[in-house]
Amino acid sequence: MKKVYVNEKWCLGCHLCEYYCAFANSGEKDMVKALTNLQIHPRIQIEEANGISFAVSCRHCDEPLCVKGCITGALTKKDGVIVIDKDKCVGCYTCILSCPYGAISHSETGAIQKCELCTKNAGGVPQCVKGCPNGAIVFEER
Amino acid sequence: MKYVIIGNSAAAAGAVEGIRSVDAESETVIISKEKYHMYSRPLISYYLCGKTDLLRMKYRPDDFYEKNGCTCLFGETAVKIDSVKKEVLLESGKAVSYDKLLVATGSNPFVPPFKGLEKVKDKHSFMSLDDALELEKSLGKDKKVLIVGAGLIGLKCAEGIKDRVAEITVIDLSERVLSSILDEEGSEMVKAHLEKNGINLILGHTVTEFTENGAVTDSGEKIDFDILVTAVGVRPNTSLLTDIGARANRGILTDSSMQTSIDGIYCAGDCCESDDVASGTSRVLALLPNAYRQGEAAGISMAGGNAEFSGAIPMNAIGFFGLHIITAGVYEGETCEKRSDGCYKKLFYKDNLLKGYIMIGDVEKAGIYTSLIRNKTPLSDIDFGLICEKPSLMAFSRKYRNEKLGGRIQ
Repeated sequence: MKKVYVNEKWCLGCHLCEYYCAFANSGEKDMVKALTNLQIHPRIQIEEANGISFAVSCRHCDEPLCVKGCITGALTKKDGVIVIDKDKCVGCYTCILSCPYGAISHSETGAIQKCELCTKNAGGVPQCVKGCPNGAIVFEER
Repeated sequence: MKYVIIGNSAAAAGAVEGIRSVDAESETVIISKEKYHMYSRPLISYYLCGKTDLLRMKYRPDDFYEKNGCTCLFGETAVKIDSVKKEVLLESGKAVSYDKLLVATGSNPFVPPFKGLEKVKDKHSFMSLDDALELEKSLGKDKKVLIVGAGLIGLKCAEGIKDRVAEITVIDLSERVLSSILDEEGSEMVKAHLEKNGINLILGHTVTEFTENGAVTDSGEKIDFDILVTAVGVRPNTSLLTDIGARANRGILTDSSMQTSIDGIYCAGDCCESDDVASGTSRVLALLPNAYRQGEAAGISMAGGNAEFSGAIPMNAIGFFGLHIITAGVYEGETCEKRSDGCYKKLFYKDNLLKGYIMIGDVEKAGIYTSLIRNKTPLSDIDFGLICEKPSLMAFSRKYRNEKLGGRIQ
């Protein structure tokens, strides 16, 4: 199946992927309206230091420790995509304890949030990939 | 082939999903003492404070049994295993035959023989949904509650009922709260937070005698209460297996496929032991993520597939009144510590390995630390200064990142 892959050599550290992610998941139609004066809390996050930068988001693992460890059954894998049922999640953070990539984070609602490959928003395909100006994030079959 | 599972919680879910990943057809029977659809036990405190409800507490969807072709014997208690006839005998007198058996009987609350405990009318344990529903019936805005035990269960109970009673006092023989998962500094911080949120704590003391509505401590202090909750500890339910000679220490011993010393009988969850990677010892790690993964490995093995359960470590993600705590591993060796406003972090390292960590307040990306412990990553392979500062993939080699994030094996 298609996944989001990162080529850190091409990453400019521009953080546009974070903005496109936050916008795609905001439910707003207008990017300016969605993000103005807002501390964004995207599901893809750039790590950067000493001239190196790269984006980190859910790997949709074959052996997903987050899904297997979820105490509520709110995290499941459907057609290869690890999705969160925010209604079931109680915010215990066992998934944050379990994810080897640090790709799951808290959200404003108390439930956790993570990349769901834009399958649940209007984007349809990963918007971080669409918004990356340098091809450092790709969505492809490997 | 006929599979029988005794138990209906996380390990059973793992087993059913494990079995079905190998064998889509064969008969699978679940024997469950409780009459409920598979639910998540750690959620009972969240239920009492209204963060979840009976519907959302279901650990798997309503069609789980049907979709996976499971027959459930609800309200039936297994009392004996006949490993020669390959039968499980039930309290009701029925016998259930099996080809492969999984014992996933979990653990039970342990209540020490306190003097006068029998005089207490309104007393509870806090482990199962029935416990929570019984406790809920007793709650009231005018009620005083005494909880014996300032561990994970006792304190989660306190948080769960805080807004539904008049007063809560928690007493523990230990000088510290959560002494099984925190160090002194961490305990202090959580203690202050609990007290700020209105929980009375009596630490370093025990109850010497109970009356109908009161307790006397070893320092002579008298505590009045309407409701008593005992949360001193749990014990693995091993008797079904030890009765027929299965090898056991505190919990049942298995091989890495989760098979016990008796051929065809497997064990998973809180009733068995795991090889703890962090301490290098075999011990009971009564944790839901462990239970699921053990159950899954058992299920795959029972169905003839190849599965090994490994990488178990003690680990906990827990929170009280908005303060999040994540801990893992063992607290041995040298330490590196970081404190900032409302946050505390300590890493423990020894022999070029991360052995354990405590994070309170800011717990983001904790799993990166967990994976270092679990995978026994040599600290010389990563940027240790950076990883002490914060959990990040930047501390790993570019090769590692290209593999994990870039999907390329080089």
